[in-house]
Amino acid sequence: MKKILIVDDEANIVISLEFLMKKEGFHVAVANDGEEALELIASFAPDLVLLDVMMPKKSGYEVCEAVRRNPERAGLKIVMLTAKGRETEIAKGLALGADAYITKPFSTKDLVAKVRSVLGDA
Amino acid sequence: MRDSWNARLRFMLAAGVLGLLMTGPFMLTAVLLFADAKEVERAALAELLLPRLPLGALMTVMGFVIGLSLLRGLFKQYVQGLLRMAETLRLMLGANRNFRVAPEGPPEVRELGRAANDLAQQRDELLTDVESQIARAKSSVEEEKNRLAALMSELAQAVVVCNLDGRILLYNNRARLQFKALAQGPTSMSGGALIGLGRSIFSILERSQITHSLENIQQRLRRGSSEPTANFITSTRSGQLLRVQMAPVLAPGASEDAGESDVRGFVLTIENITRSFERETQRDQVLHTLTDGNRSALANMRAAVEMLGDNPDMEPEMRARFIGILRDEVTRMGSRVESVVNEFADSLKTRWPLEDVLGIDLIAAAQRRIEDRLKLATKTEEMDGNLWIRADSFSLILAINFLASRLQDHYDIRELRFRLSSEGGMGFVDLIWSGTPLSSETFYTWELEPMNIGAETTPLTLRDVAERHGGEVWFQREKAAHRVFIRFVLPVAATPEAEPEAQTQIQQGHRGESRPEYYDFNLFSFSESGVDLDRRLVDMTYSVFDTETTGLEPSAGDEIIQFGAVRVVNNRLLRQEIFDQLVDPMRPLRPEGIPIHGITEDMVRGQPTIDQVLPAFHEFCSETVLVAHNAAFDMRFLQLKEDSTGIRFSQPVLDTLLLSAVIHPNQETHRLEAIAERFGINVIGRHTALGDAFVTGEVFLKMVPLLNEMGIHTVRQALDASEKTYLARVKY
Repeated sequence: MKKILIVDDEANIVISLEFLMKKEGFHVAVANDGEEALELIASFAPDLVLLDVMMPKKSGYEVCEAVRRNPERAGLKIVMLTAKGRETEIAKGLALGADAYITKPFSTKDLVAKVRSVLGDA
Repeated sequence: MRDSWNARLRFMLAAGVLGLLMTGPFMLTAVLLFADAKEVERAALAELLLPRLPLGALMTVMGFVIGLSLLRGLFKQYVQGLLRMAETLRLMLGANRNFRVAPEGPPEVRELGRAANDLAQQRDELLTDVESQIARAKSSVEEEKNRLAALMSELAQAVVVCNLDGRILLYNNRARLQFKALAQGPTSMSGGALIGLGRSIFSILERSQITHSLENIQQRLRRGSSEPTANFITSTRSGQLLRVQMAPVLAPGASEDAGESDVRGFVLTIENITRSFERETQRDQVLHTLTDGNRSALANMRAAVEMLGDNPDMEPEMRARFIGILRDEVTRMGSRVESVVNEFADSLKTRWPLEDVLGIDLIAAAQRRIEDRLKLATKTEEMDGNLWIRADSFSLILAINFLASRLQDHYDIRELRFRLSSEGGMGFVDLIWSGTPLSSETFYTWELEPMNIGAETTPLTLRDVAERHGGEVWFQREKAAHRVFIRFVLPVAATPEAEPEAQTQIQQGHRGESRPEYYDFNLFSFSESGVDLDRRLVDMTYSVFDTETTGLEPSAGDEIIQFGAVRVVNNRLLRQEIFDQLVDPMRPLRPEGIPIHGITEDMVRGQPTIDQVLPAFHEFCSETVLVAHNAAFDMRFLQLKEDSTGIRFSQPVLDTLLLSAVIHPNQETHRLEAIAERFGINVIGRHTALGDAFVTGEVFLKMVPLLNEMGIHTVRQALDASEKTYLARVKY
């Protein structure tokens, strides 16, 4: 069973994402800010991170950058999930090593499809 | 001076000749008689003459004295009288055409005086005729000038015209008001001393931004652009934001394809956008809450709705939670929209002015700066030569320079490369170096700290610059090449050099009477700053001043109670550029002084004290030559304040009293009224400091051409000549 880490500081989206991913058969953990995310990436060892950009303590960009610097976590997939929809921000996320960038609001079906395709088990 | 010396010498000579004439023939006759006479006759003669010799000598001496006084009278009337008349005639020739010789002395001299007066009369009539013709010819030029002045005064924008050295040639009332509002502290007393004809614009605006914009304009001119203007935003010391548009002033006759050498100066249109900028920031926040804020809310709702819809057989507890999310998000969204509607109503539409820049020009400018300032080698790689970006080039180049300086300091890089590319609507400016990769913590610190490069400081951060452009900045590794680069993402310009929207609007309708005197186009040929003693008198900027004091003895505790000063630039007295300030002497006034200066206790109480006024006055006078009548008196008061205020007036001082003695050594008096009368200047408002400063200023302007005639052309020569006059030796 693949493991997914959901990183977002907004409870209202975390509830839905957690419910959705569990229903899709993933093992799910939740982090509420950037620092917690880095800790869970180490301890929980997820296969994929659903990463919000705007968060307290460490932004999604910083988390992404830190993960990509660590060669041990090279296989970790990152899907950025954010309300920042400008072209330049998307370019920045991808440049910093995200595998996909999904702008809010999104369809849950598309999200599941994107997660599966990034994980390579579509 | 030399003439009167010669006259004195001739008088001595004449007295000598008179002496010889009176004694010579008598002595000669005596000698001849004596030689001709026999022994006996000689004895008889001696017997006869010797006892009477004292009487003869007495008579001769008396005769000589009478002759001498006659000679002296003649000398006074014919020689000195004529010399005085010659001075008057010179006055009539130049400084005061309406002056006439006062007929005095012997009839012949009087007749000469009358003839000279008649001649002057005839000359005046001829001149008046010529003048009226010239006036007619000039009036059309004048009309054009007035039209320009009227236009300027009615512009809603503050306009300042400068020459290439940054000296102000023209400004309108709006500019004066704007800078007056900006001036803080003591400067505000001097009526906006920051701005003034002949003063440097760099005391108000950052020199580097002006030079940068000028470079941009010249680049555009070289490319043959039809809109060679530049925009920039600057902040003043008091934290106000100014939006400045710069347009070049081209040499007359410069054609469409003007080269950089044809730029003679520049026009600045200045707008205080502090308030509108605040509104803009507010508007951005509003937009942000409307878009990004709602995106999140929509995402939360959409996800919840989809979970509810896709899972009809959900546990009731879970269902209640999803419905709770929906209720929560809908309420929050509603209140958000409500507040946006309220705030958006009074937000104005203003934008940070970005201009279209050719990417390679921008990088070339950045390279020059990095190589000059940091001595760091630069190179370019792939460069998209046709890429136009929308940018505020000043802050962008500053940011690039800042990064280069940080990289040099922290990672000791030897070379920085540039790359320019684009993708869709995004332009990429990359700064590339090989070797040590950057740590992300360091980069985040750089992003958020104010960009300081050596002595250059700005409150702006790298993040601000990126946001100002609606762009981004990040760093990335090129693993294969072992290189790192920092990438700026900037908006690509839609159409190269799109016509910028008209920024100057001329207010129609209101035709004010105001005719600003705030221009002086002759300053275009004016250059350099500071006080250079070897510059010509006519080219200098002067602060002509006067003070009123409680009494005449500064060392006995008398104090200044009023300052009045006016500026003289390019041979003109600028009645708008004045300093007029009462001072509280912090001691009672002398009752005997009140009728003279007309300043009463009530008027000075509560006025600023000398230690507040002196700094403002010093600022008003900076970079100018001081002029005063009997300057030694005023300077003595100022010098006594040096220790307590720490303010020194070190600039050269010209004294109209001494200069008058240089020009008219034979006149009896050099009082200000007398000099003014000699020059035909109307004296109004004497014995207010400002009134006296005006009179002194006009007197000084009349003196300059007379000094030139005497071979005194520079400030140094004028100072030397003043020092040599006898009046200067009278110590105050």
